[in-house]
Amino acid sequence: MAKGRIVIDVERCKGCQLCIEACPQDVLDLADDLNSKGYRPVVLLDPEHDCTGCALCATVCPDGCITVYRDIPQSRREKAHA
Amino acid sequence: MPKELLKGNVAFAEAAIRAGCQAYFGYPITPQTELLEHMSSRMIELGRTFLQAESEVAAVNMVYGAASAGVRVMTSSSSPGISLMQEGFSYIAGSEVPAVVVDVMRGGPGLGNIQPSQGDYNQVTKTAGHGDFHPIVLAPSTIQEGIDLTVLAFDLAEKYRTLVFVVADGALGQMMEPAELPPMRETAPDRPAWALTGAGGREKNLISSIFLGADKLERLNQKLQAKLAEIAASEIRYEEFFVDDAELVLVAFGTAARVAKSAVQALRREGVPVGLFRPISLWPFPEERLYEISEQAKGFLVVEMNAGQMLQDVRAVVGRRYPVEFYGRMGGAIPMPEEIDGAINDALAKLDDSENKVPLEAGNGNVRNHV
Amino acid sequence: MVTLETTFDPTVETVVYERPESLADVHTHYCPGCTHGTAHRLVAEVLDELGLRERTILVAAVGCSVFSYNYFDVDACEAAHGRAPAMATGIKRVNPDNIVFTYQGDGDLASIGAAEIVHAAARGEKITVIFINNAIYGMTGGQMAPTTLIGQKTTSSPFGRDAALAGKPIQMAELLAQLPGTVYSVRRSLHDARHVIQAKKAIRTAFQAQVQGLGFSMVELLSSCPTNWGMTPAEALDWIRDNMIPTFSLGDFKVAPELESKKRRR
Repeated sequence: MAKGRIVIDVERCKGCQLCIEACPQDVLDLADDLNSKGYRPVVLLDPEHDCTGCALCATVCPDGCITVYRDIPQSRREKAHA
Repeated sequence: MPKELLKGNVAFAEAAIRAGCQAYFGYPITPQTELLEHMSSRMIELGRTFLQAESEVAAVNMVYGAASAGVRVMTSSSSPGISLMQEGFSYIAGSEVPAVVVDVMRGGPGLGNIQPSQGDYNQVTKTAGHGDFHPIVLAPSTIQEGIDLTVLAFDLAEKYRTLVFVVADGALGQMMEPAELPPMRETAPDRPAWALTGAGGREKNLISSIFLGADKLERLNQKLQAKLAEIAASEIRYEEFFVDDAELVLVAFGTAARVAKSAVQALRREGVPVGLFRPISLWPFPEERLYEISEQAKGFLVVEMNAGQMLQDVRAVVGRRYPVEFYGRMGGAIPMPEEIDGAINDALAKLDDSENKVPLEAGNGNVRNHV
Repeated sequence: MVTLETTFDPTVETVVYERPESLADVHTHYCPGCTHGTAHRLVAEVLDELGLRERTILVAAVGCSVFSYNYFDVDACEAAHGRAPAMATGIKRVNPDNIVFTYQGDGDLASIGAAEIVHAAARGEKITVIFINNAIYGMTGGQMAPTTLIGQKTTSSPFGRDAALAGKPIQMAELLAQLPGTVYSVRRSLHDARHVIQAKKAIRTAFQAQVQGLGFSMVELLSSCPTNWGMTPAEALDWIRDNMIPTFSLGDFKVAPELESKKRRR
């Protein structure tokens, strides 16, 4: 299975949890702390490296907080950039 | 250019075209529909933009859009349509985009009739929409003047980034007179830097009239007021006719002024000391000159085709020190010279009776309306 | 014996999704979970992918999205309530090479602006309309909209919308599809990832209709209003699926031949 990871802009996140609902791998959860707006942002909790970089979280995120990375075989990446 | 016999509405339209108007959006309403119709053929012939909108509401918002894109744009309507457009006027004024509006006034209130009137004076000079603003308001009294003021309107609109009205009445819109049209001006090739043209290669532009914070909106209003002060200082226009030695000065604009002029001319031939002060800019109103005249005159007679709207502005200037009489017709009726004659005689008689300086009570109309 | 030859093909960590450039780098004022944000994001992604940002002009409307001009890096203007299609008409007619789009809610488009949207579509104005249908008036605090469902409680239909009193909801995508100048009128939903992806495709097609100069294009997006519906963001998305779709069916109501997808539809 592909490996991936995401980065969430915690200051932009409003803690709506739609990404948590969307994530098929259950690697997202609300942080314990608040951001400067007073929201509990969502964070990636992925000790087992279950994130596949499917980007469903980013697809549903209303605030465009999420950047998604995926490990792609070099050959396919080069083809994509050609 | 040679003189041609022109219908008022057509002349205003063609004048706008010669002035470089690039877009026209309007809606049919009597008595200005010929303006729209003339635009519908000429603008298309010239490859410019014409659209008959679905309503005056839509038309003024199309004007707002095109003005935001930085083109010379106008609309035209008549009293009930002007009411519909008022929301748009306010947005145009608040967002400081230039636009020209021709209002060919008709009898009101309500659906009224299609006869000529001057009943929109307050509506257009006081604000023409909600909030603190004034359009520049120009009032021709001949078709030639209408042509010249329409061309001027576009220049003033662009110079000050504001709304400019040319107000006529149904008579002026419908009548035909010989007049000279100016030569065709080039349409401006470039758009102003503030216009909406696509943000490629620069910061994005925003045309808006919303400022949620009170401090921001107050600052906008201060800026608008400063602009209005600048306009008031520089754009006053009026005409005087036999005013220098007049004891009774008539004050009138538009078609009413033409009729008043005839009455004054006839009475002058008999040696009666009357004159006519004709504001051409209704806003800014020529207060200073009117006040100067009041130092040597003994009284005023305002003649309008409404219940006494400019009357209030005249009274505000000359205060309670001078009698200001009024003669008006409403509902689309145009006064005849004989009627003005009668009113002048009554007013002069009053001046002789009193030792002048009769204070007028507030709200005491002295309105004479002959049915 | 079969030998498999394998070549060494290492993986490289690659960005597969990042925030679109056409979206301004500011925080929005929208409520947590409000699908306005999702819709904005999709439009921005499409503008990026089609390379339209630099020639796009947004006509913002009145509603919660009144500040949409702050959220896109494009030239923009603020129209009066309901008048965005007329303002867009004025702009597009004098700027035919610009991509002009309006972004309107259900009050703006289906109530006060009903005349303007109908006529823009009838004339085939070459503009694109993004219509956010959340069955309520959000900005003013949750009143009934022309799209409010029968029985739905709002602050101005406290006993639930009663058809005898207030009529039934208006289906704008179907209505506008009837008009001669419409080349694309569809309804999509934003209630889950699958539908968000399909919504994006529709938005892309709508902008392509304008790029190709075909006529009036509109995408109606079933959207949520968690705050005024009194639900969590996730509950609100389910409410769209369970309650709005039966009244506002998803589908394509007008698609010009030039825009038809080559794909087989299930």
